[in-house]
Amino acid sequence: FPGLADVSISQDIPVEGEITVPVGSHSPDEDYSTLDEPVKDTIMRDLKAVGKKFVHVMYPRKSSALLRDWDLWGPLVLCVSLALMLQGGSADSKDDGGPQFAEVFVIIWFGAVVITLNSKLLGGTISFFQSLCVLGYCVLPLTVAMLVCRLVLLVGAGTISFIIRLIVVVAMFGWSTLASTAFLADSQPPNRKALVVYPIFLFYFVISWMILTFTPQ
Amino acid sequence: MAAADDLKFQEFDDAANLLAANPDATTISIDEPVEIPKNQHSRLQEPGREEDDELLGTDDSDKTELLAGQKKSAPFWTFEYYQTFFDVDTYQVLDRIKGSVFPVPGKNFVRLYIRSNPDLYGPFWICATLVFTIAVSGNLSNFFIHLGKPTYHYVPEFRKVSIAATTIYAYAWLVPLALWGFLMWRNSKVMNIVSYSFLEIVCVYGYSLFIYIPTAILWIIPQKVVRWVLVVFSLCLSGTVLVMTFWPAVRDDNRRIALATVGTILLLHALLAVGCLAYFFDAPELDFPAPVIPAHNGTTVTTKSH
Repeated sequence: FPGLADVSISQDIPVEGEITVPVGSHSPDEDYSTLDEPVKDTIMRDLKAVGKKFVHVMYPRKSSALLRDWDLWGPLVLCVSLALMLQGGSADSKDDGGPQFAEVFVIIWFGAVVITLNSKLLGGTISFFQSLCVLGYCVLPLTVAMLVCRLVLLVGAGTISFIIRLIVVVAMFGWSTLASTAFLADSQPPNRKALVVYPIFLFYFVISWMILTFTPQ
Repeated sequence: MAAADDLKFQEFDDAANLLAANPDATTISIDEPVEIPKNQHSRLQEPGREEDDELLGTDDSDKTELLAGQKKSAPFWTFEYYQTFFDVDTYQVLDRIKGSVFPVPGKNFVRLYIRSNPDLYGPFWICATLVFTIAVSGNLSNFFIHLGKPTYHYVPEFRKVSIAATTIYAYAWLVPLALWGFLMWRNSKVMNIVSYSFLEIVCVYGYSLFIYIPTAILWIIPQKVVRWVLVVFSLCLSGTVLVMTFWPAVRDDNRRIALATVGTILLLHALLAVGCLAYFFDAPELDFPAPVIPAHNGTTVTTKSH
């Protein structure tokens, strides 16, 4: 190859080094085995992850932390607490009361699964559990609304309390929908965004309706 | 001179015109092998059947059918197979909803809007919305009707959601199944020009339920006349869409069977509307009688508000 005849390496580039494969880790920071750590560390790490996601939901920015490290602890805690708080509603007969614990559970989880399937069938690129994670975490504002409603109902059950509850539930419903849309809408094809957002809207609307129509004994 | 004329290039007329001029001439037609999709309808151009063309859609619907017929080739156990049923964009769904609410006279919903791309998104989510709309509106309407009464205690009536869901999803899936089976059976006896696939029938039924969503919201108004006017109005609109879709499929059949089929379609549609109205919405004039007040001369007086 005559063209390569005048390629030369200048003298001040060092062409030397070490070629070794590190055997075993030398610094304790690179030890990835979590089997030996105290239980408190394990629990605190998971709790911190859950807490960080809660903060992300309350102040939704386009961060990918919620999507990348999904976990379902937060949705489980929120779902159970929401279902527990919806207990104790009044009913003349068993058939006319509010939703039972199992019904709330099933609605939230089954609804989240159906919405995830819907977005995947429409061509979304988000993974199944990531979507479940986002939808579950975005129930947080509505759980807060349920807490506020129960506190308001302890004070009184008249028209003013109803108006307060209505405002709180509507605001939290908007917050939930906007938060989940902010996370999920980017992974959809652009001409189908509305098709994916509408079921999320319906999902949180049903949960809001259950919260708003809760009447205590 | 004759030889020079013979060598000049001559325009030949259309084969049809040549044949019309000389009906007894032998003809040879050489066609390219064309893949025939499942939904192809034959375009018999008989005089007096022009409305078939309108009802069957415009020319390019044939082309899209030929092209679209090669779409669904994934085996049914893969995810991609089911993705083909959700291959719609937002504007397409909105167009289909618009087409189900405003029936254009002479245009077939299936040929015009669906065009061999039936989707399951519309039927599923319209049914889901309808279920919750009926349950919520029924609850609200009952609340407003019984509002002033001292004996009334508000209940969320959550059980009715599951009843509404069962009814509406059963209607949206079982009736198309029965209709499809019936049309297939009649197809084997009488050669029909138009035949629909099962998914297209599900699609038509799903989209035709859309009109009931605003109707259910307006049923909150506690006036019997208003409610029944709404029932008739929505029934007319969506019934027209259904009739115009299915009339070409049964028209070639025995007259009585065709009329009976279309009549049954309308009857079931009406039954759904009336049944939902009767079950989920309490009648406004049928008040719960107030506690009986025995008058001093022994006769009882029941008071009725409104």
